[in-house]
Amino acid sequence: MVKKFVERSYIALILIFLYAPIGILIVLSFNASKSRAKWGGFTFHWYQELFHNEAIMSALTTTLIIALSSAFIATVLGTAAAIAMNGMNKTPRTILMSITNIPMLNADIVTGISLMLVFVALKFTLGFTSVLLSHITFNIPYVILSVMPKLRQLNPHTFEAAQDLGASPLYAFFKVILPDIFPGVLSGFFLAFTMSLDDFVITHFTKGPEINTLSTKIYTEVRKGIKPEIYALSTIMFITVLLLLVLINRRGTEKKVPLRKV
Amino acid sequence: MKKIIVFAVMVSALFLFTACSKGSGEKVYVYNWGEYIDPEVFELFEEETGIEVVDDYFESNEEMYPKIKAGAVQYDVVCPSDYMIQKMIDEDLLAEINFDNVPNLKNIDTSYLKSSETFDPGNKFSVPYCWGTLGILYNKTMVDEPIDSWSAIFDEKYSGNILMIDSVRDAFGITLSYLGYDMNTTNETELDEAKALLQEQYPLVQAYVVDQVRDKMIGEEAALGVIYSGEAIYTKRENENLEYVVPKEGSNVWIDAWVIPKNCRNKENAEAFINFICDGEIALKNFEYITYSTPNSIARDMIEDEDIKNSQVAFPPQEVLDRCTTFRYLGEDFEAMYNNKWNEVKTE
Amino acid sequence: MNVLNKLTRHTENSERSLQNTHVNNVKWLSFPYIIWMSGFILVPLVLIIFYGLTNKENGFTFDNITLISDPINRQALFLALKLSLFSTAICLLLAYPLAIILNKTKMKSNSFIVLILILPMWMNFLLRTIAWQNILEKKGVINNILAFFHLPALNIINTPTAIILGMVYNFLPFMVLPIYNVLIKIDKDVVNAARDLGANNRQTFMKIIFPLSLPGVISGITMVFVPSLTTFVISTILGGSKIILIGNVIEQQFRLGNWHTGSGLSLVLMIFILFSMAILSKYDKESEGSNLW
Repeated sequence: MVKKFVERSYIALILIFLYAPIGILIVLSFNASKSRAKWGGFTFHWYQELFHNEAIMSALTTTLIIALSSAFIATVLGTAAAIAMNGMNKTPRTILMSITNIPMLNADIVTGISLMLVFVALKFTLGFTSVLLSHITFNIPYVILSVMPKLRQLNPHTFEAAQDLGASPLYAFFKVILPDIFPGVLSGFFLAFTMSLDDFVITHFTKGPEINTLSTKIYTEVRKGIKPEIYALSTIMFITVLLLLVLINRRGTEKKVPLRKV
Repeated sequence: MKKIIVFAVMVSALFLFTACSKGSGEKVYVYNWGEYIDPEVFELFEEETGIEVVDDYFESNEEMYPKIKAGAVQYDVVCPSDYMIQKMIDEDLLAEINFDNVPNLKNIDTSYLKSSETFDPGNKFSVPYCWGTLGILYNKTMVDEPIDSWSAIFDEKYSGNILMIDSVRDAFGITLSYLGYDMNTTNETELDEAKALLQEQYPLVQAYVVDQVRDKMIGEEAALGVIYSGEAIYTKRENENLEYVVPKEGSNVWIDAWVIPKNCRNKENAEAFINFICDGEIALKNFEYITYSTPNSIARDMIEDEDIKNSQVAFPPQEVLDRCTTFRYLGEDFEAMYNNKWNEVKTE
Repeated sequence: MNVLNKLTRHTENSERSLQNTHVNNVKWLSFPYIIWMSGFILVPLVLIIFYGLTNKENGFTFDNITLISDPINRQALFLALKLSLFSTAICLLLAYPLAIILNKTKMKSNSFIVLILILPMWMNFLLRTIAWQNILEKKGVINNILAFFHLPALNIINTPTAIILGMVYNFLPFMVLPIYNVLIKIDKDVVNAARDLGANNRQTFMKIIFPLSLPGVISGITMVFVPSLTTFVISTILGGSKIILIGNVIEQQFRLGNWHTGSGLSLVLMIFILFSMAILSKYDKESEGSNLW
């Protein structure tokens, strides 16, 4: 009994540690004072302001566009690559997997800098496209690593059978392979989306003046004091995701997150 | 499942489409200090001229310079300080401004144009934007004597309560003037003496900051902070215990001015922007937002708040200015020497 | 941030039987990816090596590399190493018991635990770190609470301790998850067998559970150590620019336009990381041979 109590308290303490800063940010979004360091009373003011703040709204749009499209393109490229790699011999596959591992093992700062060097060397103007390309690059490995295990579980004979029965390879792919690996594809997409959303360092080095994602916008504001609208926006985003997760969990759909594999 | 993916494809495609289709019109790329212009000024400019403003920010002259030099991003208008403008003119990075396109230059008080000649002889390359001094912002309730000397920021009594400026020329400048030397010194012994003092100061410093000093002083995180005079009015508005002083040993007086890099995209748009900023009413609106002293005489006359109009902080009297010096560009070798010594200070 | 997928590394790298040889005709599907990765992973690496080994006049030089022995840079690297080792150790000490408890609780859905640990990521990384500034400041949350109880104030903002705290906070989930993922896969029969053969709790842990969980521990160490070693954001926000880590030095070099110096130092950092990984993988028996690093 005592042991159970100790265990429960330990979990509780860690959760407090993880969520206390988030609680503070939520509290700050209701702070009437503009300064982070002072409590000036309760207000909904920043939530109203938020929708009139063009800079923040455009940073939000950019962030979402980049996260969605980079996750999507990475999912297509990554899934295709995973299928092909699955059919390869050991040596080429090991080499490809090792290259895939590079952006994961390398420091973000090195990845960001090296990508910037390429864009500058190619006289490519830093901006929306360079950020998008960089995000796709660091997202593809997540997709491959999510799809690969599903492919390994696949029964190869069904694909063969479909083709024997006259299906074109493409048709067979969509009818036979894709439905089986779809959970992996989907979780790869979500993982890539989350990573893109939370990235700061790589965006910082590959962006140009035209665009800001939420991360880089926040970074410029860190210095002169964060605008409370940012807290309001983050609170809305956080609560939305929280509610979504609770909802999904209620429905009991066991969402396969690629973090745990067979 | 299928529906989800179809939906995702459609949304992504839609977003991509809108992202590509937007922004075909005229633009002006402005590279400025953070929180150094009222965002509404951009909106008004866009309304009046139809030119879209793309804004980007830097925290120090040293951070701005390589970006302009590398030219990976082409900016149309940039706002460096005096000594950096001199350096950029020396290195032929700036374009001469066509003043036919900047008729509002007449609103700028000639005395500022005259002082600009120290770094821009003939006023060919720059238009003054803001000016001010460097001084100490202190919290009356947290110090037990009137602050009037740089000695306070080297005083052990305030250990952990000092916010030092994280900018190489400013940090050395104030230390040199405290020691009674020239702020533009190129004498290595004097510099080493300043470095030694800064190293002694390191354990007393709570944090090295530039822009963050504002929020930290308002929140009473520290008793003393080295700060630009323009922040004084704003911070006092938020916390009335704060007081700004230009120490008696002397300090730095600076001018930030608009310049147009040679590799700009559109010089006419840049000039239109500079002209717009020099408009009296716009300059006034901007002053009220950023609270940095304006060289615009029309704007200054229009300030309604008498306290601010006659503020000794925003518009210091001659006797204060007499003990202040402007930074000069010292050449690449001395610049490197300053930088190295500053790095040594910060890695104790 | 891109560390999350290192979680899966272990399951990925273990070789399985190749049953899909006849899907060979889809090889072309990998071409876009191969082109992409050469363009955006290999070429960038080559460029960083090129910049790191040349000077502004494009002449070959080792100067940028040897600059790491400059006292300022060396100190920044050692400090980064020290802080990241501390934070990795603390993460491990906190995470291992947590993973064991979570494994025992038998939550009806494992993904729920994973999500609870990942959920904070939806609040921006910079904001979460700034929140710690609020908590730790002289007039911050903790000191307000302490003052209320007339306790002495806690002054850890802008010290290495604050930075370690920031690292532990940001990267703890990346230690918990891989360990947890390995623990749930341990066959209960093995544990029971050990018990039946007379092993006590301690022996079971030392001889069975811990050795089997080692791959997860190593994954976790990698995923906490690398981002801690290379961060410049956490040290800037919680260190008040007083504490300079190797990440700060590299970021500053690029900010001041010294690309060659910055690349040279990045190269050193990269080699350093690879070296650490190589040492670590010696203990990582499971994925031996299949792992590049």
